[in-house]
Amino acid sequence: MTFSDSAVIAGIDFRSRHTWGFIAGAFFLIILFPALNAAGMVSNFTINLWGKYLCYALLALAVDILWGRTGLLSLGQALFFTLGGYMMGMYLMRMIGDLGQYKQPIPDFLVFLGWSKLPWFWEPFDSFQFAFFMILLVPGIVAFVFGYLAFRSRIKGVYFSILTQALTYGAALLFFRNDLLMGGNNGFTDFKFVLGHDVRDAATMRGLFVVTAITLAAVYLLFAWLKGTKFGLVQQAIRDGENRALFSGYATAHYKLFIFVLSAIVASIGGALYTPQVGIINPSEMTPEKSLEAVVWVAVGGRGTLLGPIIGAIAVNALKSWATRAAPDLWLIMMGGMFILVVLFLPGGIVSIPGKIRDGVAILRRPKTPAEAVVA
Amino acid sequence: MKLFHALILFLAVCGLARAESTPREVIAKAAAAEDASERMTLIQSLLGRGDADVPVLMDAWRRDQIFLYADAAGTVVPVTLTGEADENDAQSAVRVDNAQPLTGADGKPVRVVADDWDTAEHDARLRRAMKAVVDLIDVGSPDLATRIKAINTVGYSQDAEKLPALIARAEIETDPKAQVALREGIALTRLKSSDRAERLAALGELRELHTLSSTDFLRNALRDAEQAGDKEVAAAAAKAMSAVESHRKTVNFFGTIFRGVSLGSILLVVALGLAITFGLMGVINMAHGEMIAVGAYATYIVQNLFTTGLAISPFGMSIKLPGMGAEGWLRESYFLFALPISFLAAAFVGILLERGIVRFLYRRPLESLLATWGVSLILQQLFRLIFGANNVQVGSPSYLSGNWTINDIIFGWNRVFVIGFAGLIVFGTWLVLTRTPLGLLMRAVMQNRQMAACMGVRTQRVNMMTFAFGSGLAGLAGAFLSQIGNVGPSLGQNYIVDCFMTVVVGGVGNIAGTVFSALGIGLVDQSIQQILLNPVIGKILVLLAIILFLQWRPAGLFATRSRSLD
Repeated sequence: MTFSDSAVIAGIDFRSRHTWGFIAGAFFLIILFPALNAAGMVSNFTINLWGKYLCYALLALAVDILWGRTGLLSLGQALFFTLGGYMMGMYLMRMIGDLGQYKQPIPDFLVFLGWSKLPWFWEPFDSFQFAFFMILLVPGIVAFVFGYLAFRSRIKGVYFSILTQALTYGAALLFFRNDLLMGGNNGFTDFKFVLGHDVRDAATMRGLFVVTAITLAAVYLLFAWLKGTKFGLVQQAIRDGENRALFSGYATAHYKLFIFVLSAIVASIGGALYTPQVGIINPSEMTPEKSLEAVVWVAVGGRGTLLGPIIGAIAVNALKSWATRAAPDLWLIMMGGMFILVVLFLPGGIVSIPGKIRDGVAILRRPKTPAEAVVA
Repeated sequence: MKLFHALILFLAVCGLARAESTPREVIAKAAAAEDASERMTLIQSLLGRGDADVPVLMDAWRRDQIFLYADAAGTVVPVTLTGEADENDAQSAVRVDNAQPLTGADGKPVRVVADDWDTAEHDARLRRAMKAVVDLIDVGSPDLATRIKAINTVGYSQDAEKLPALIARAEIETDPKAQVALREGIALTRLKSSDRAERLAALGELRELHTLSSTDFLRNALRDAEQAGDKEVAAAAAKAMSAVESHRKTVNFFGTIFRGVSLGSILLVVALGLAITFGLMGVINMAHGEMIAVGAYATYIVQNLFTTGLAISPFGMSIKLPGMGAEGWLRESYFLFALPISFLAAAFVGILLERGIVRFLYRRPLESLLATWGVSLILQQLFRLIFGANNVQVGSPSYLSGNWTINDIIFGWNRVFVIGFAGLIVFGTWLVLTRTPLGLLMRAVMQNRQMAACMGVRTQRVNMMTFAFGSGLAGLAGAFLSQIGNVGPSLGQNYIVDCFMTVVVGGVGNIAGTVFSALGIGLVDQSIQQILLNPVIGKILVLLAIILFLQWRPAGLFATRSRSLD
């Protein structure tokens, strides 16, 4: 079942249901779904919505590799997600050109703030390549600095959660300010073009969806591969007993730092793909609550399982899309209740349900022992 | 110029001489006076002597509605006419000098016909003088605050024409604050004087007074003197400026400390409950903020029960709670009743939370974080459904608005209340923890659960009580926040990050640490704000400072020493 089995060929175990599940899922998302959309059988709205879900799934994977696999509950992943979104947003804002409300060559909000030329740090975002590097670099650096400080002084457990919460909160306060020149409250919106294509075009949407699905599959494979390596084992050791791993001679801080930065970059890529598909990015995406929401997806799907977070992100968000229309007043209560129930009664999440059912069935099918027969 | 001074002196003497006659009498006398210059003198003697009647009478005079009634003996009595005219066009008359009805020799009211009598005379100069008196009427207002405000307004206008009024007032002013205001106003006005010696004297006076409000005027004076190349005046102005600046620094310093302590007190009050549930018990209670909101809403309900009652409609139901319609002191004292109720309400919710969820998660802190966050979402939404998504109005009692100003440092009563409340609540917590059997059990269980259990302590029950106590403290914090801010569904969310920071910086498991860290964070926050003049950047810097601080002391200010390794 796992990738460390002896019957693995080139890292891929073709006897595993996991492998076939992955291949089926990837085929469905990358080829079938967009093809159905192109054929007009799946609406543009649906494909756009699912594109958003898949971005959230990337965020969920980022949370999962930290929380599910390393035991670090970060409430800062929404920050990295949004930072990626902002980097992409800056590129998209430049691509609007002079088609904005004010017909100026700089973004509208800058005109509104009284700027007549572009601030220096906006200049290079004309180039997609630069924006792409920034998407990887900026959250990576933030995560590296913060992680270095936090792990060096062995801040762990809930203290790590609380500090990342503070980091996110502080960053949100910063981004809400107009004088950061990042759009303030309203953030970035009204995008027109991405890489020369109209963002509202159905084909562009489809393309973005395919790119998101491929990214998700690639991250999934990366994380699945990482799980089987020695690195993955140390990671697990840190989760299950950090002090033991430390005293066995592993520099746990370095491992954690690497995972933290990797997770930040994955979250950031998710955010970068999110911005053009949703068409807006603003600081309200950056709050600790959003990070906690991502944790809900992972918990509901099943932490530490790779597949679980993806299922969780899609399922919870699909439920949210439905509930915020059908019963807007009750959505938060449902989400809160779901959280409590999962934590208390279903720590393994949705993906553990089949196993539980199988166990239950096995107990029912087991021939009665003489003692039980007597009681009956 | 000399003539002018003599005139002022004369006027001042007149003012003194007439101090015993009321403004009404003075006006009556002036209206009856034959000679224009005497009229003028009398009117000007009213400068800076406030009376509500004066503008009314002067207005009447200006509009020819003061009549000079001559009685049988030939004495002229100025009167105003009131009431409806009868068939003879006669109206009842009121004496200007004492506001009594005009009576004849027989003591019966006399009715007069307006056209029969002359009106009191007035010319352009007199009207100007009257206008000056009316303009300056508040300078003589019996109400101290109005008077000081008027004095300041006149002083800041630097109008030499109004100087006599200020001087006249200064002669008879008895209140020390008003005296200072007058001295400042006179000196400010003299800054504009053409006489150089007078300007120098004024600068000396301003240096001695070093009032914060004189800064701009001093700066202008300094600039003017420099442009005129007058070194001596410029030096005097610079000295006065530096006196004001050093005073300002002192005021800002103490003001910052005061605001820092009061902000620290707010943090302390909101974080104290968390210091117990998180610090002592190790439960990451993300619903702590909602416990605060429970307390705040409880206060809101109590307030409405004391006044007009409350109609809420949760889940389509319609619940009407009758109000007592209390007035006066009873209404003002609702807060005293709200305190225990908010404590009990939050403690009750805390017990439900502990029994229902938290007790299963004592060994899984991260999961308790997630589950309590779920609770927090549910509670927030319940607040919205029950009380509406908007903020509700909780009126703060009148005794919280107002301030003491000591040496230009403003001590707002609400901030003083904040500090006092924090002191009381910390003292109460200390009493409970160290002086009650429950406190003893709490400390025993928190120190060593197994050992306490072995000694026969019912640890489950103690857990419940401790959690309830911590939640109750959060409820008290809510009652308290309702007095100084808005009460809304997201009230708790605004404080939750601060709460956790305070407890973590103080050192988990140490209440004294929470006290120190709350005050420390408050002081640092206010100092940064004072320097940067930007609350948001200040807040971000504080968060960064906390993160860096934890590098230096990962376990907080007061680490609990332990040999155990998680």
